[in-house]
Amino acid sequence: MGFALTDVHKNYRRRGSSVAALDGVSLSIAAGEFVAVVGPSGCGKSTLLQIVGGLLAPSSGSVSFRGDDLYARRSADDRAAVRRANMGFVFQTFNLVPYLSAMENVQLPMAITGLTEAVQSERASALLTRMGLGDRLDHRPGELSIGQQQRVALARTLANEPTVILADEPTGNLDPETGSAILDMLASIHSEGRTVVMVTHDPQAARRAKRTLRLDRGRIMSDERVG
Amino acid sequence: MKLRHLVWRELSVRRGQFITGLIAVLLGVAAVVAIHTVSIHSEKAVERELAALGANILILPKAVGAQNYYSADLNEKVMPEDYVARIAMSGLQGVQNLSPKLSLPADIAGTKFTVTGILPKSEFQAKAAWGGLAIFSKRKGCVAVNLPGEVAAEGKARGLARTRVIQDLALDEALLGADVAQGLAVTANGQIELRGRSFRVVGVLPTTGTIDDTRIFVHLHTVQEMAGAGAVINAIEVVGCCKDGATSLVDELNALLPEAKVVTIGQVIATQVSTNKLMSRLTWTFLAIIVVVGGAGIANAMYANVAERRREIATLMALGASRWQVSWIFLLKALIIGLAGGFGGYIVGTMAAILVGPQIAGMTVLPIAWLIPAAAFGTTVISLLAAWPPARRAGGIDPTLVFQEA
Ligand SMILES: Nc1ncnc2c1ncn2[C@@H]1O[C@H](COP(=O)(O)OP(=O)(O)OP(=O)(O)O)[C@@H](O)[C@H]1O
Ligand SMILES: [Mg+2]
Repeated sequence: MGFALTDVHKNYRRRGSSVAALDGVSLSIAAGEFVAVVGPSGCGKSTLLQIVGGLLAPSSGSVSFRGDDLYARRSADDRAAVRRANMGFVFQTFNLVPYLSAMENVQLPMAITGLTEAVQSERASALLTRMGLGDRLDHRPGELSIGQQQRVALARTLANEPTVILADEPTGNLDPETGSAILDMLASIHSEGRTVVMVTHDPQAARRAKRTLRLDRGRIMSDERVG
Repeated sequence: MKLRHLVWRELSVRRGQFITGLIAVLLGVAAVVAIHTVSIHSEKAVERELAALGANILILPKAVGAQNYYSADLNEKVMPEDYVARIAMSGLQGVQNLSPKLSLPADIAGTKFTVTGILPKSEFQAKAAWGGLAIFSKRKGCVAVNLPGEVAAEGKARGLARTRVIQDLALDEALLGADVAQGLAVTANGQIELRGRSFRVVGVLPTTGTIDDTRIFVHLHTVQEMAGAGAVINAIEVVGCCKDGATSLVDELNALLPEAKVVTIGQVIATQVSTNKLMSRLTWTFLAIIVVVGGAGIANAMYANVAERRREIATLMALGASRWQVSWIFLLKALIIGLAGGFGGYIVGTMAAILVGPQIAGMTVLPIAWLIPAAAFGTTVISLLAAWPPARRAGGIDPTLVFQEA
């Protein structure tokens, strides 16, 4: 089992007015799926991803991961533990730690988990090599190209061997060629049996997924599977 | 890699920020440590002086302000040695002992010492006998201050340290303060060279913890010759026969020597006692300022640091870091600042006290061991307490809000 969302609402209350970012979303995502979430700007895509990733509590409705409710009777630290063990995030802006080398950035999630030094460096260099960055281990993010930075971020996402990858506009800051290389990586990650949920604006990117969820004003408008 | 690695790397990247903050903390701690170290020694010095009081009246040139008993003669002002003879010949009653002094700075093998010329008691007695006068006669109704006599060479040194008076001293003999003897590696019966003259060391004084430890005592007339300033002196220490302030004696001395300044040791010590009170009050004032200003400074710097690292913190949380792990990064940083500031402040403050103590308070200052744990522990606790609220704030950051900011 992957995720199951039942009638999820998310309202943001700001300065008196309330914005419904999600307005009754129910869906399930099975383990090993590759899902693209598309829709116009402001329709609630990032909100959905953050709720699924245990970062944002819904206003109402339930969210479960592997059969356990993520929010009911669970603390933020419990959800952090679930994330640590199972989930990897990919961001549009990469969010690499600027003062750490590529190696250290990839080691970061493993340091949080408390893996041994030996496992950390072995895995980090293997992942960076897989991303084609075997010769850039000691470079800082600022010394890498934009595409290389996203590949370091992708390697970092895989460090704790997550079963689920949650990507928010992973190609949003990249040129088409680099973006397509990143999509190839995501496809290959999916082919290893991991679940991939990817928010994107780009129809080209959405086509790489096996399933497309279309959101509009906080509601699911369509849910299509290909292949 | 451990999470603490993050702290080190961030410190080295934002080195400037870290070093300025650390220096601020360190200087604050150093100020407290320095003041406290000097004040502890100063209090001890007063106790010692009161306990083993040799002289109780000082005669100084008019222009000199007497701040410290032990360094009262270390001034550039001089008065004629003739004053000694005037007192000796005056027939004044109640003067039990006289010790004129002339001090010169000296340099032996690069180390600075003070050469102090003293006049042995035998010479007044000769002078008094020659004048047919009853010097050192007892005053009626006066209990004599008990001055132990000296016989052997070691006794000579001990006697000088305690009574500040010596019976005999030849023109080529010297007595060394404890620090001098140690610094020059000379013992009794050794030989030292001073401004081209050679002296036989007839004794080494026991450690007194005062500026006397850095003195070389030789015959007054030898120092006068070395100084080339004629028959002059810096001060006369007088042992009045009464243990109390010897006020009437002071009046009589004043009348006898109108060109000089006559002060009782009580007056000299009074200045020092009030200086000590001021210093210990300063310690507490400084401590309060350091705790408040230093704590606020650390808290402020930490809040700024948390604010500029919001994205990093949110990322750590997305990667599965617990709130405690995030807070811990900032607390560890505070721990480093506290320990480094505490130890560094102790070292800098103690060094300042050792350097400045002899100059402003006229005494040897030694490091005070218990201030090491006190400074390190105190600074660490303040630093941790100050960093606690910002560290909590870091752990409470909502990553989704941060990601929305991009
Ligand atoms: N922290 C917040 N406070 C108030 N309103 C918010 C907050 N975050 C999101 N919203 C609102 O919720 C709605 C959904 O936002 P969300 O970021 O999920 O959209 P999105 O589909 O990811 O948009 P984009 O494609 O531009 O990233 C928007 O109307 C947005 O203004
Ligand atoms: Mg978005």
